[in-house]
Amino acid sequence: MTDKPTNPALRESATFGRDVIAEIQRAAETGIYDIRGWGAKRKVPHFDDLLFLGASMSRYPLEGYREKCGTDVTLGTRYAKKPIVIDTPVTIAGMSFGALSAQAKEALGRGASEVGTSTTTGDGGMTAEERGQSSKLVYQYLPSRYGMNPDDLRKADAIEVVLGQGAKPGGGGMLLGQKISDRVAQMRNLPMGIDQRSACRHPDWTGPDDLAIKIAELREITDWQVPIYIKVGATRTYYDVKLAVKAGADVVVLDGMQGGTAATQDVFIEHVGIPIMAAIPQAAQALQEMGVHRDVQLIVSGGIRNGADVAKAIALGADAVAIGTAALIALGDNHPRFEAEYQKLGSAAGYYDDFQEGKCPAGISTQDPELSKRLDPVAAGKRLANYLRVITLEAQTLARACGKSHLHNLEPEDLVALNIEAAAMARVPLAGTNWVPGQQF
Amino acid sequence: MKTYDLSNNSLRELNQALHDSALLASEPEWRVTNPNGAHNIACGLNDDVSVDIDGHAGYYCAGMNQKASITVHGNVGVGVAENMMSGLVHVKGDASQSAGATAQGGLLIVEGNASARCGISMKGVDIVVKGNIGPMSAFMGQSGCLVVCGDAGEALGDSLYEAHIYVRGEVTSLGADCVEKEMRQEHLDELSDLLKRADIDTAPSAFKRYGSARQLYNFKVDNASAY
Amino acid sequence: MCGIVGLYLKKPALESRLGELFEPMLIAMTDRGPDSAGFAVYGDEYDAGVKLTLQSDDAHYDWQTLADKLNDAFGSLDSWFQNANVAVLKLASEENKVLSWLAENSPDVRVMSAGQSIEILKGVGLPTEVAERYKLKNMRGSHAIGHTRMATESAVTLQGSHPFSTGMDLCLVHNGSLSNHNRLRDKLKRQGISFQTDNDSEVAAGYLTWRMAKGESLNQALKSALKDLDGFFTFTIGTRDGFAVVRDPIACKPAVIAETDDYVAMASEYRALAGLPGIKEAKVWEPEPAKVYVWERDGAKVEAA
Repeated sequence: MTDKPTNPALRESATFGRDVIAEIQRAAETGIYDIRGWGAKRKVPHFDDLLFLGASMSRYPLEGYREKCGTDVTLGTRYAKKPIVIDTPVTIAGMSFGALSAQAKEALGRGASEVGTSTTTGDGGMTAEERGQSSKLVYQYLPSRYGMNPDDLRKADAIEVVLGQGAKPGGGGMLLGQKISDRVAQMRNLPMGIDQRSACRHPDWTGPDDLAIKIAELREITDWQVPIYIKVGATRTYYDVKLAVKAGADVVVLDGMQGGTAATQDVFIEHVGIPIMAAIPQAAQALQEMGVHRDVQLIVSGGIRNGADVAKAIALGADAVAIGTAALIALGDNHPRFEAEYQKLGSAAGYYDDFQEGKCPAGISTQDPELSKRLDPVAAGKRLANYLRVITLEAQTLARACGKSHLHNLEPEDLVALNIEAAAMARVPLAGTNWVPGQQF
Repeated sequence: MKTYDLSNNSLRELNQALHDSALLASEPEWRVTNPNGAHNIACGLNDDVSVDIDGHAGYYCAGMNQKASITVHGNVGVGVAENMMSGLVHVKGDASQSAGATAQGGLLIVEGNASARCGISMKGVDIVVKGNIGPMSAFMGQSGCLVVCGDAGEALGDSLYEAHIYVRGEVTSLGADCVEKEMRQEHLDELSDLLKRADIDTAPSAFKRYGSARQLYNFKVDNASAY
Repeated sequence: MCGIVGLYLKKPALESRLGELFEPMLIAMTDRGPDSAGFAVYGDEYDAGVKLTLQSDDAHYDWQTLADKLNDAFGSLDSWFQNANVAVLKLASEENKVLSWLAENSPDVRVMSAGQSIEILKGVGLPTEVAERYKLKNMRGSHAIGHTRMATESAVTLQGSHPFSTGMDLCLVHNGSLSNHNRLRDKLKRQGISFQTDNDSEVAAGYLTWRMAKGESLNQALKSALKDLDGFFTFTIGTRDGFAVVRDPIACKPAVIAETDDYVAMASEYRALAGLPGIKEAKVWEPEPAKVYVWERDGAKVEAA
């Protein structure tokens, strides 16, 4: 971004800012909508607007180290013969090989396994690298069914039926020609170099009544061994969660509108879906009304960045969280060491979101062999493990300050809000008051 | 031949047995009676065995089939042989929607009619339908062959990639980017082989070929109306 | 979402068995809709006036007193009987007058259906519970349609259950999810149609009533519905003389039809039809998208795009 011009009398329009003007001009030049990666960039109410009520005269904190604050989560207790136990509530969200390089997928597997958590395949199938490196691997079952096969299904530790994701609830996968390399094309059964068009609905079921039959099929094929998750983008969350439970899910995965993507229309990213903070209370209410809160687990994602976000999500009712964007940043995405190359691409470190181009200087969101070679999966995996440990420790710190011996004992009553929007969305009182706006849900 | 009566035995036990390679080594032929439209019969098989289903099956019969030969002496519901990898699925009656959906290999034969979305997103399977197929068939078909001896419904091959479509009867309408194509010797040979495997006497020359015009492979402004 | 079923008997000789044949069809769809169930039975015709099905939340509602009051007001109560928490009354009077009286004098009583043949019975609970509550298997008549509900965007309540009736002898069951029903509801309200729920299916029923009140035939009203309703749907509609089936142009929600010389039956899944007599020899097929199928008393089956 260039600095403001020096003439102090110039006023930028709040409605037609320079970035909006640039976008209109770009559309006029090219005749195609803007496609990019990352998640929603505009500011929306989020966990920063919530604060914990720490220890006081009436609540006593736990000592660090000696006085344990548990972080383990068991996923899939409802029906699966083999639920998954993870040591931290932070999991790695679904991201495809294709969107990401093989090295990046391997790094995610290494880092996650080192701290005892799970990774998730994406819209392209399971790679040997990821299965080899991930001690717990969740296999996504998407509308496209790229690379889907029963052998991989049987190798998975869980199956995630994807209805949608937060970045584009109602949109299918997108991978442009420049990233459809030989290997990607082969896995997805597509011609090389084409722009992949993706289905937005599943080909053989629509609606929770038919989904229930599909889930039964997946259980039959895997002999009821593994948990079945249902993932939705956050929209009509209260109803969606109830329907997911009725359709037979072991786990519900909820992705807020801040969730990232490797490629989709900017307009979709910014204007569809609700913030994750507004979705979690709806999900918790739905699960509680059906008497299955904590029996059907809830994993939430969309803008999880630090231990405070993790702790707040759990306090509002989640069992675990998933990270996507944050995991890539930990691997090395948008690192200042690549500044010169980001500039050459017309961007800058901290701003780069053109994952769809496949020119990622960090070697993460690219299929270019020269670029992806730059990412050392072992070193990057180590960085991810470090980051996961840090945010877990941060969450524990906050939980101990609230007197909790396990993260799951965090509750909404431990939180207050800084502004009215956050109070209404998170359904917690405005700080210093007992007012929760909008309670007539 | 092992007979399994679904009217007083559980589907779970049937499928569990059909996944048990050790058991199947000594019992490679199965007959399932009284299916009564039950869903998920014989799904996820992974051995070279044969299963005969005496009656109508429900959804996802033979789903994700690998290596097995499954014959349904009746009709099937939605998604028969969905995501099949290899093997044979033979439906003597009619098939409901999404027959052979996203399947990557093997051969699916339907003696009667298949309804909407036959071969949707097909990824390498061969499908032969002796009767008609319904609308929106072969939607986003990536590879494999769809052979139809009867008629095809609306929007055949919409958003088609590289799947080959052969239709002998009338095509109500073609979907976006699907066009009639020239039949060359390699296509006649391919079709002839499939017709033989499905025990169909009709000459390949009676069929027309349809395929992708490949105009939607990379986004071009001028094609915007196709979206 | 849901399961829907319909059975239309072509032969009067079978009418005594309607409930017996229909009940297993409804119960077979329990997995698709465990929240609530309902059905409309067409039989026991009353040409002299109007037959009403009334329901009360109060298990001990004093129907006798209501019946007496109605008779005092109109002098035309021919007969009535109670079935669980429902009362079926036959009055040789105009429907509108009776409904206005009820609205004014007994607003706590719910009018489930009005007509000369229809009786709508529905409730919260598993289909097998609802069927048992109303003794469905003993019912006689010429045709029935039914529904098992998995609530999507509205609450699980009695009112939210299908079938929805918004006109004489007319009712509708729906499997799917409409996407433009909220604005349509407002428009229909301004046309004088009233709604009890926030349910999309009720809007579809109200829409048909509105079109038919403007003089359209059922066939025409359904063709209009294909234009004006957006979203995913398989509808089965019950009318005095028969039933109709229609699917939206994208046709993702299932529908199967079985026909013999004795009956026409439809269901969301073949499983529901598997127990019908002669099903092995029946012609079994799926209705095409965006086509209206009507079966009526004079035996004709009408298909129109």
